[in-house]
Amino acid sequence: MNGAMDGPVDGAVAAPAPARVVRHRTAYVNARLLDPASGLDAPGALVVEDGRIAELGPQVLAEGAPEGFAVIDCGGHCLAPGLIDMRVQLREPGEEHKETIVSAGHAAAVGGVTSVAALPNTEPVVDDVAGVEFVARRAREAKLVKIYTYAAATRGFEGNEITEIGLLAEFGAVGFTDGLKAIADAQVMRRALSYARAFDQVIVQHPEEPALAIGVMNEGEIATRLGLAGIPAAAEAIMVDRDLRLAELTGGRYHAAHLSTAAAVEAIRQAKARGLNVTCDTAPHYFTLNEHTVGDYRSFAKVSPPLRAEADRAAIAAAVADGTIDAVASDHSPHDQESKRLPFNHAEPGIAGLETLLALTLALHHNGAMPLLDALHRMTARPAEILGIEGGRLAQGAPGDLVLFDLERPWRIDPDRFRSKSKNAPYEDHPVQGQVLRTVVDGRTIFEAGA
Amino acid sequence: MTASGLAAANLGFAPRHLLGTEGLSADEITFLLDLAEGYVAQSRRSDKKSSLLRGLTVINLFFESSTRTRTSFELAGKRLGADVINMSIAWSSIKKGETLIDTAMTLNAMHPDVLVVRHPDSGAVKLLSEKVDGAVINAGDGSHEHPTQALLDALTIRRRIGRLEGLRVAICGDILHSRVARSNIHLLGTMGARVRVVAPPTLLPAAIERMGVEVFFDMGQALQDCDIVMMLRLQTERMHGSFVPSTREYFRFYGLDAEKLKAAKPDALIMHPGPMNRGIEIDSELADDIDRSLIREQVEMGVAVRMACLDALTQDLRGHNLAGGDVIGSEARP
Repeated sequence: MNGAMDGPVDGAVAAPAPARVVRHRTAYVNARLLDPASGLDAPGALVVEDGRIAELGPQVLAEGAPEGFAVIDCGGHCLAPGLIDMRVQLREPGEEHKETIVSAGHAAAVGGVTSVAALPNTEPVVDDVAGVEFVARRAREAKLVKIYTYAAATRGFEGNEITEIGLLAEFGAVGFTDGLKAIADAQVMRRALSYARAFDQVIVQHPEEPALAIGVMNEGEIATRLGLAGIPAAAEAIMVDRDLRLAELTGGRYHAAHLSTAAAVEAIRQAKARGLNVTCDTAPHYFTLNEHTVGDYRSFAKVSPPLRAEADRAAIAAAVADGTIDAVASDHSPHDQESKRLPFNHAEPGIAGLETLLALTLALHHNGAMPLLDALHRMTARPAEILGIEGGRLAQGAPGDLVLFDLERPWRIDPDRFRSKSKNAPYEDHPVQGQVLRTVVDGRTIFEAGA
Repeated sequence: MTASGLAAANLGFAPRHLLGTEGLSADEITFLLDLAEGYVAQSRRSDKKSSLLRGLTVINLFFESSTRTRTSFELAGKRLGADVINMSIAWSSIKKGETLIDTAMTLNAMHPDVLVVRHPDSGAVKLLSEKVDGAVINAGDGSHEHPTQALLDALTIRRRIGRLEGLRVAICGDILHSRVARSNIHLLGTMGARVRVVAPPTLLPAAIERMGVEVFFDMGQALQDCDIVMMLRLQTERMHGSFVPSTREYFRFYGLDAEKLKAAKPDALIMHPGPMNRGIEIDSELADDIDRSLIREQVEMGVAVRMACLDALTQDLRGHNLAGGDVIGSEARP
């Protein structure tokens, strides 16, 4: 149908076939192949032909690559599906001084991310078909990573009327959310979950009871000492509890975004045990940092929901490891200096996270909390399933979206060197292990370390 | 030699700014209180002015309206001979943007030696202090700290009772929003007093007991055997159904009157940072009882303490003037 999107809205599909068919074949040899979906972890090679994976495995090209193949020697490093980051703020349109689709694309590439799902909290809000088409067009022009977009769940994020979920989905929206605002009204949430069923669309909630979330950091001793208004962990648990009941009532697909508390994780765990069709994600800062990072009014550590107590941080890490938390997303929230160098109350919440998603999440593998394939699963196959998009797998016929990374290489995060337009990350000199060497989208290398 | 060792040897007060009482040592607090004693005497003379800070510029930068604190700082600066400028900026009426940092940079270019700053947001004074070359005194930031209030309270108590250590102090009322409460909790705790807080649970911040205080909901229990009863102001907008149901109910259970005061020691003293809501947090007659109420003395000590803070924070600026020059205020130095 007219304007209908099929797959990614980045338009990175192959150009019209030329008169004489020349196949582009690239062989990635001497790789440690990692496919979380199938459990593959073996040395071998992988061939991408015209943007798609043609074959892979330990025996592939065992005799060497034939004539006509471009050959990339992976040096024994990890070759995995490109990361799918299901929670990213692009800031375009409206706040291009903080980030653009192009700058976010470069940041994603550096981070080994080949597909992002963008929140609709731009200016204007993406709550109509024109908004979805704008993102698609700009992504096509950028020709970097694949950009999918959510659309607003309610018109203008006002929380009153549901958007044209069917039409928006047809034009490529991959889910519906009011971004950083909770869908607060229970009746509206019920209708959104219920209506979206007709189109098999997921409702992504910012799970925070707004009346209890009037604060700027986690409620507790540190907030009390700093004289800052606190947000109790219960604000998250209450909304998740309510939403789970509505999901049960409607049979709708519910996804709780960026979980930060032990209580909310426990609620999701029980709901899954009851067989509910619910999923959730978290961001690296919720299992890497705790409320102490706020220190002395450090606004780079201001996020929404707030960094929590150490027990919550540990519970989030455990839930990522055991799979209660389905996905890890960067929650990339770029902000310029002017939005952060303010009294803590007025600083914008958020961390620029695209470039550190992989390394921070690999810490859960390096510290023994979870196997490597499981860690990758949370950033590849699982978010792809939740969003209903291609990719996230190393399989014949799958898109040639790849990340090659050195699992062991240690480095220190230096936000000043981010490719993102914004450098807001409370990770100066934070030691990590695991560095992206190459990022490939549809067979095109869009980032190469040292290049 | 460590910074504090250097300070002990030469100056007695190491910090560059006075942003809070949290983290001040007992020695530093005692130094400031001793210094202030001398300024009480100076302020009671007919010729109240000295030239200790002659040539130095003090800017009172108030992003939140205040009459008493600003006046107190202004007098303190003038009595020490500084040039004092008052700037009031209606924070609510300006765009948030870069304004605080902009203002800091602009003022910094005028080379003030001391900036006295009040701001409605917790942490804002610290943020500003990072952008200026002069010393910064926090005159109240949001619900965080108001260190000179705690110092003047301590001076008032010490002059009346002779010590702080071992005293039992009850802080009563809106602890949740109070920077005065936080600064007093830190300072009194450091000086060895035993601090209690009493308020309805809606006016107590989470985990307040982690700051080393005993928590009470009942005035009768909280005031038991107390030496000092410190009342806090309850803001009007918090009285009607949001944090407490009504002023009537608040006064009934948490307002200080003669009956509730009976639970305290017979000679217990009453304090209030002002301005008072008579008949809401404190009975009018008690507030004016010259035997029990320290409220007017607190105001007097305010000027002396602020003179001491200005003195202490400009010592290295004045350099060699210390030994010779003006001896007023130096007399009390150990």
